[in-house]
Amino acid sequence: MNIIVCMKQVPAKDAPLRLDQSSVWIKEADISFETNEPDTFALEEGLRLKEKFSGELTVISLGPERVKQTIKEALAKGADRGIHVLDDQFYQLDPLGMAVELAAAVTRGKCDLVLTGLQSDDHGFAQVGVILAELLGLPHATIIKQIEVLAGPSGGAGGIKLKRELEGGWFQWVELPMPALLTIQSGINKPRYATLKGIMAAKKKEILTLSRADLGVRLTATQKVERIYVPTKSKKTEMIQGSAREAAARLVEKLKHEARVI
Amino acid sequence: MADGILVVAEQRQGNLNKVSWETLVAAQQLAAAVGRKLGVAVMGKGVGAIAEEFAGKKLDEVLLVEHDLLADYTPDGYTLALQQVLQQTSPYLVLMPHTYQVREFLPKLATSTGRGVIGDCIGYRKDGNQLVFVRQMFQGKTNADVTFAGDPPYFATFQAGAFRVDQLAGGTGKASVRSLSVSLDASQIRTRPLELFQEAKQAVDLSQAEVIVAVGRGIKAAENLPLVQKLAELLGGEVAASRPICDEGWLPLDRQIGSSGQTVAPKLYLALGISGAIQHVVGMKGSRTIVAINKDPNAPIFEVADYGIVGDLFEIVPALTEEIQKAKA
Repeated sequence: MNIIVCMKQVPAKDAPLRLDQSSVWIKEADISFETNEPDTFALEEGLRLKEKFSGELTVISLGPERVKQTIKEALAKGADRGIHVLDDQFYQLDPLGMAVELAAAVTRGKCDLVLTGLQSDDHGFAQVGVILAELLGLPHATIIKQIEVLAGPSGGAGGIKLKRELEGGWFQWVELPMPALLTIQSGINKPRYATLKGIMAAKKKEILTLSRADLGVRLTATQKVERIYVPTKSKKTEMIQGSAREAAARLVEKLKHEARVI
Repeated sequence: MADGILVVAEQRQGNLNKVSWETLVAAQQLAAAVGRKLGVAVMGKGVGAIAEEFAGKKLDEVLLVEHDLLADYTPDGYTLALQQVLQQTSPYLVLMPHTYQVREFLPKLATSTGRGVIGDCIGYRKDGNQLVFVRQMFQGKTNADVTFAGDPPYFATFQAGAFRVDQLAGGTGKASVRSLSVSLDASQIRTRPLELFQEAKQAVDLSQAEVIVAVGRGIKAAENLPLVQKLAELLGGEVAASRPICDEGWLPLDRQIGSSGQTVAPKLYLALGISGAIQHVVGMKGSRTIVAINKDPNAPIFEVADYGIVGDLFEIVPALTEEIQKAKA
C-alpha cells in the first residue's frame, strides 16, 4: 500500500505572534515552528498501514525552507521519502491554491491512500484535504477516528471502512473504495517518537524539492485576505496580578463578592 | 432567486441541525444589507416538514430538494445535487453553517464549480459595495478580513454561535415551498454510508453542572489531575477538559468541552492551562463567569475570560484551593 501524507509546519503553540509589515502574515523571524499536530496523527496512521501492508510512504510539505524540518522528522519516524513544495509565498495562497500545488506534487507518484490532518493550526481552513481529493478525482472522508482495510476479491486490499466523527458524540461508519483521501482527527493513535536509528537512517533518505515553477501550476485566487489583526476584546477581562498566593486570594475575593459564584 | 442569497439547511435523518437557524439569521441580515432575495434549500428524503418550518420565517422562497439517494448524506450525493440546485437558481452567495458535514462536502462542491469557500466566519461587514467576511486564524489569536475574488456564486460558512437565534425574523405570511428535482445515480456515489452510533452513553451531563473546573494541556501529565479534581470537589463542581486531554485518555471523552464534545454554560467555569482554541471556546463561552489561568499572556482564553491570572497553574491552583477552603470555612 503506497501512502502519501501531507503535513504542514505551523507556529509553535505558545509562540508569541506579531504581525509582519504586509499585515497578512506574521513575523516568522523570532518564533519557533512545529509540525501541525493533526498531521502527526495522519503520519502515524500512515506508518502503521505501511508497516502492516508494506509499501512506500511519501511525505509532502508545502512552505518555505523551514518546512524541511517537518519532512526530516517524518523521515526519521519511518517515512521513505519526502517532497518539499518550496513556496515562500505560501501564506498568500487560498485553500484552492494550496491544494493545486499539493495535487501537482501528489501526481508525481502512485498512491493508494492520501492522508492529512483535519485542519491546520495556522490558517485553519479545514479545506485543503477535501479540495485535494476533488482535484485528484478521489473519494474522500473527513475527521476519521479509525481505519480498517477490507479484503478485496483477490485477497489484497479492497476498500476501507472508516469511523467518521460527527458532532455531539456521534460517529458513523462509512466505506470507500481505494485510492482515497482521508483527513485524520487528532487522538486516533499515539504518534511515535523518532528513534536514534531512525534519525540516522533519515539522513540517507531523499527529499525532492519542487518550486511553483517546477510544478507548472496555474493559480487563480478565489479569495483574498485583506489583512489580519489581533481582535478587539468583546469582553472586559480583569487581569489579577501578584504572586500565586496573592492572586489566588484576590480571585477568591472577587468570585465571592463581585461575581458571587462561590 | 437568481443573484440571491441561498442558505443550505442541515438535517440528519429528518432532524434539523439547529445551527441552521443561526445561518438563516446571518442570511436575513445580509440579504437586507445588500438588497437581495433570500432562499433556503432543504435537502434529503422526507424532509418536507423542515421545509414548511422554514417557510414560516422571513425569506422569499424555500426549495425542497428530495431524492432517494439523499436519504443518507454522502459527499458525492450532496455535491451532485447542489451542483444542479446552483444551476437552477444561480445564487450570488451561498451560506451554510460550519459543521463537520459541511466541511466535508462544501470545499468539494465549490472546487467542482471553480469557486472558493470562506469558511468558519464569525461575522461580515459591508465596505462600500464589497462584502468583507471575518474569520479567525492561528487558533483564534488573530482575525482575518477576507473578500471574494472572481465571479459568483460565492460560498461562506459561519461558525456556531456567530449569530444569535433569538434574532431570527419571522415571516409576515408563509413563503412558497418549491420542489426542485435533481437527477442522481447510485453509481455516482462512491461513499457507502453505514450505521450512525454513539460511542458510549454520556455518563455525565456537564450541561447541568453549576461549576466546571476544566483542564488543558497545561496540566502536563495524568498524574497531576488530582490537583484539579480536589479543586472541583471543593467547589462542588465537575472536572472537564479540552480535547487533547481526552485524546491522551487522561479523562474520558464524555468530559470533553467544545465543538466535538459538550456545550456548557455553568455559573462558574475555571479554565486551567487551556489556551482557548476556538474548538474549545465554542463549547464554554456562554458560561456566566469565566476564570482563566494560563502561563501564556497571549492565550486566546483570556479573550473570553472575566478574570485572568497569568502564571504557573502548579503554583496558583494549590494556592487557590487553600484560599477557597479558607473562604468556605
